[in-house]
Amino acid sequence: MSLIKCWEIFIKFLPSFLLGVRTTLLVALIGTICGLLLGLLVGGLKAMKTDVNAPFAVKLIKKAYDLLATVYIEVFRGTPMMVQAVFIYYLVYSNIFKWDKLVAALFILSINTGAYMSEIIRGGIQSVDKGQTEAARALGLSNWQTMMNVILPQAIKNCFPAIGNEFVVNIKDSSVLMIISITELMFQSKSVAGTTYRFTETYFVTACIYLFMTTITSIILRMIEKKMNNANISIPQSQTVPAVMNLSTQKEVEHVAD
Amino acid sequence: MSLISIRNVSKSFDKLEVLKGISFDVEEGEVVCLIGPSGSGKSTLLRCINMLETIDDGEIEVMGENIHHLRDINHYRQRVGMVFQQFNLFNNMNTLDNCMLAQLKVLKRNKEEAKRIAIENLNKVGLGDFIYALPSTLSGGQKQRVAIARALCMDPEILLFDEPTSALDPEMVGEVLNVMKQLAKAGLTMMVVTHEMGFAKDVASKVVFMDDGVVCEEGTPEEIFNHPKSDRTKTFLSRVINRN
Repeated sequence: MSLIKCWEIFIKFLPSFLLGVRTTLLVALIGTICGLLLGLLVGGLKAMKTDVNAPFAVKLIKKAYDLLATVYIEVFRGTPMMVQAVFIYYLVYSNIFKWDKLVAALFILSINTGAYMSEIIRGGIQSVDKGQTEAARALGLSNWQTMMNVILPQAIKNCFPAIGNEFVVNIKDSSVLMIISITELMFQSKSVAGTTYRFTETYFVTACIYLFMTTITSIILRMIEKKMNNANISIPQSQTVPAVMNLSTQKEVEHVAD
Repeated sequence: MSLISIRNVSKSFDKLEVLKGISFDVEEGEVVCLIGPSGSGKSTLLRCINMLETIDDGEIEVMGENIHHLRDINHYRQRVGMVFQQFNLFNNMNTLDNCMLAQLKVLKRNKEEAKRIAIENLNKVGLGDFIYALPSTLSGGQKQRVAIARALCMDPEILLFDEPTSALDPEMVGEVLNVMKQLAKAGLTMMVVTHEMGFAKDVASKVVFMDDGVVCEEGTPEEIFNHPKSDRTKTFLSRVINRN
């Protein structure tokens, strides 16, 4: 493999690669955003608890929903996205309607990401101190109001790194969508390699482009994260010990001083 | 009619019986201090009154209504304020928003009115200068005072305090207790779970001593602290007072 050859391929087929990059970024970005929204809905509802005095029917519906959500999450996390892509694409294509490949790709990536996001959001919600919920409920806020105004904003902030990570993963993993002939970067690389017969060099270029995209994304995400944390400066403080214990130690100190 | 009337309330967590038939009344304008050793069920009882926990048996009537037959617990909760040991200020909001959120969402007050009431109550607890401060920048005592102001913004008919000073540095206990004394003077009905015997002595109109899930003794501070009848009260008080 020669780097000069790589450079030549990169320059010569730049328009093809760029087209691939465009589609990859588009699919990854929209897929992540839709997946996040789906995750907020599915994970958020899953993490919510029914009121103690809620009617039996409500509790039953919630139980059924939880089961359904678990099945969705386990199925989509437990099977390869490549398999999901071909299965769902052909299932809809031959039975329901002839859908656009790009739409199919966005749909598949969204529900796949949604499954992961649901668990990320659920984890984020559970990481918020229970006292926050209790305080909100004690003021008379409803379950839903508490979730939207108090818990979710904190949960999203807590799991922002994980959400960003999903975006990076999607930039790479959208490559499996070439199985349904989406003209993303991997698909374009394959056709470039087919034209040049230079497989090593072409895929080296491809790898570099992927690495470039993910690195830039990581940097941007880290900048956003920093900004979010800066808005909320927390001064390091010691955990206060119960007053009674503190009093006794104080007395000891006084004794020593005497 | 009593403001709160507690009748034979029992509550278990799995096999652990925390409340074993508690009964007493709280009259309007009273300050009732619940004292007793850790694990005696004081906090659980307070949480039951605010329906953060459900009771297994017995009745709690607030303003003549059995709270377990209430359709709308959110409406009920806005009338019964609660202050927690760990303050539980909303970390994603500044002091002012902490005090305004429930006013806007639950009481449906308009923004100007909610802001005016919030600032009024923050002034009352001496934090008028901190309306844009985030909880993470406040001291424990300040946080707890914000929490009290937040509860006051809802114009509650009774305020429940669950060990409001137990998580504070000793030097900050005073500022919170002072605010509570002012509220008591102003005639607010309060139920306070506390380990601050001095506060109970000075401010309470009634002291309830609980041990092992039952009310051992109740009476005026004078009766409980100076002439305790039950042995368990005596033992508890002697231990607490010796330590201090």
